[in-house]
Amino acid sequence: MSRPLRSGLSFLGILITLALLWEGYKFMGQTTGGTWPFTELALPVRTNERSMPHLWDIGAALLRPARRGGDNILLVILLQAALFTFRSAFLGFLIGSTIGFSLGVLFVRSSMAERGLMPYVVASQTVPILAIAPILVVWAGRASVPKWVVVAVISAYLAFFPVAINTLRGLRSPEATASELMRSYAANPNQVLWKLQVPSALPYLFPALKVAATASIIGAIVGELPASMPDGLGRAILNFAAAFSAAPEKLFASIVVASLLGVVFVGLIALAERMLLPPARRIDATAVQLHQKLEASSA
Amino acid sequence: MTALELHGVDKVFNEGSDGRVEALRGINLSVESGEFISLIGPSGCGKSTLLRLVADLLPASQGRVTVNGKPPRQARLDRDYGMVFQSATLLEWRKIRANVELPLEIMGLSEEDRAQRADEMLNLVQLEQFADHYPWQLSGGMQQRVAIARALAFSPSILLMDEPFGALDEMTRERMQMELLQIWAETDTTILFVTHSIPEAVFLSTRVVIMSPRPGEITEIVEIDLPQPRVFETREDQRFFAQLTRVREGLRAVEKP
Repeated sequence: MSRPLRSGLSFLGILITLALLWEGYKFMGQTTGGTWPFTELALPVRTNERSMPHLWDIGAALLRPARRGGDNILLVILLQAALFTFRSAFLGFLIGSTIGFSLGVLFVRSSMAERGLMPYVVASQTVPILAIAPILVVWAGRASVPKWVVVAVISAYLAFFPVAINTLRGLRSPEATASELMRSYAANPNQVLWKLQVPSALPYLFPALKVAATASIIGAIVGELPASMPDGLGRAILNFAAAFSAAPEKLFASIVVASLLGVVFVGLIALAERMLLPPARRIDATAVQLHQKLEASSA
Repeated sequence: MTALELHGVDKVFNEGSDGRVEALRGINLSVESGEFISLIGPSGCGKSTLLRLVADLLPASQGRVTVNGKPPRQARLDRDYGMVFQSATLLEWRKIRANVELPLEIMGLSEEDRAQRADEMLNLVQLEQFADHYPWQLSGGMQQRVAIARALAFSPSILLMDEPFGALDEMTRERMQMELLQIWAETDTTILFVTHSIPEAVFLSTRVVIMSPRPGEITEIVEIDLPQPRVFETREDQRFFAQLTRVREGLRAVEKP
C-alpha cells in the first residue's frame, strides 16, 4: 500500500472512530437518562440535542439555508466567511513567518540580540491576543489601514513565534565540524547562512510553518472580533454562539468549517515540504512542538 | 621551503576561571614542504587543538604559528590548506559532485570550472561514477574519500587531517591509507595528520610527532626511514616493526601514572 493511501485510510479510520464515540456516548446517555450505565453517576456532558446535536443534524444544517428564506445554504456562507478569514490569515502567516525567520537569523548572528530580545519574544506569547487585538485596531484605525490588514497583523503576532524559535534552532543545527569547514574555506557570513545554515534549518522550519499556519487562523478569527468585521468566520462563530440555544448545530457546523480551513492550510505547507525535502530530512511536527514548549518554559 | 612553523606555542582554554585547561605547552615544530607528519598521543594530548591552531580555527595563547610563512589567519584567507575531519561532514542535501564543488562555489569559480575540477577530484579518489548520488547512498569509506576530494578541490598546498580514518573498519582503513599516499605523491601536498593508531602513523609518515597529555607537549619526534613509496609489503618489513616499537616505546614513556 502506498504511503499517501495508508495515511488517508488512517485519517478516515480516526474520523469514523470519533464519529462513533460521539454518537455512541449520546446513545448511551439517552438510553440511561444521563448517567453512566448501571449507576446513578451523572455523565459529564449532557447528551440532549442542545449539548450534542446528532452529526447528521450538523451535516443537514450545513445544507439548509442559513436564515429562513435566505438564498445561500449555511455551508456556502461559512465557506465564504472562511475564504474571507483566510485572506487575513494567509497575509498574517507571510508577515509572521518572515519576521520569525528574520529574528532567527538575527539571533544566530548576534547572541547579544538573542539575550536582549528573546525574553520579549517569549513574553509576547503570554499576553492574551484578546488584549492586543483591540489596541492594534485602534492604532490602525487612525492610520487608516484596511481592516483585513489589521487582522493580518494580529494573526502575524501569533504566527511569528514558532517560526522564530525553530529557525534559530535549525540555523544552529549544523555539526561543529561543518562550521569549521566553512571557516576553513574563508566563507563570509552570508555564504555560511545560505549554503550551510538555512539548508540545515529547513527540516526544522517546516513543522514551525505548520504550527504558524494554524496559529495565524486562530489569530485572524480572534482579530476579526474587535475589528468588527462582519464577513469572516469570527463574526459567524460569535453570531452562532449567541444563537446557540435555538440552533446549536450551526455553531458546531462553523467549528467544522474553521477546522477544515486549518487542515487545508497545513496540507498546503505539507505539500511544499514534500516537494522540497526528501523523506529522510523531515521531522515530526509534534516532537518539535513539544520541544518548543520545553524551550519556552526554560527560557 | 618551510610549510609550517610553530615556535613556543601555548594554548590555554578558559584562562582565568575554574575551568582553566592548559592544552598545549611550549610547542616547537617545523615542517618542510612535502612532508607527511603524524601527530600521535593519548586522548587529551592536544593534537587536535594543535591542528586547529594551524588552521586558524582557534587562536594560540602564546607563541608564533606560521603557515607558508604567513600568520594562520592570512593562510586561511588565502586557502593554503584543506581540512578533513573524522566525520566526513558532507552536506546531506547536496549530491556528491556539489559537495566537492562547495569550496569552489565559495571562492566564486564559474560553473564550468567547478564541474571540471570536481570531476578531476572525483577521478582522483575513484568515485566518478557516484557524482550524482547523495551522501547517504555511500559507505563511510567512500564518504571520507569525498571529503578528501573536497579538501583538495582548490589545490591547497597543505592538508590538515583530524583522525580522518578513525571511524573506518581496519580493512577500509588500510585501503584508504594506500590511496592517501598515492594522492600525496601525485599532488605534492604537505600533510599534517592526527591519529590514535601507531601502525597508521608509522606506515604513512615521514616523521611521527609523539605528544604527552595535560599539558600537551612534544616529547619526541621519530624519523621514519622506510623507503618511499610505501607499499603493501612495507607493513611486513622488519624495519616497519622496528619503527613501530620505537613509537610505541616513545608513547609508553609519556604515559603518566
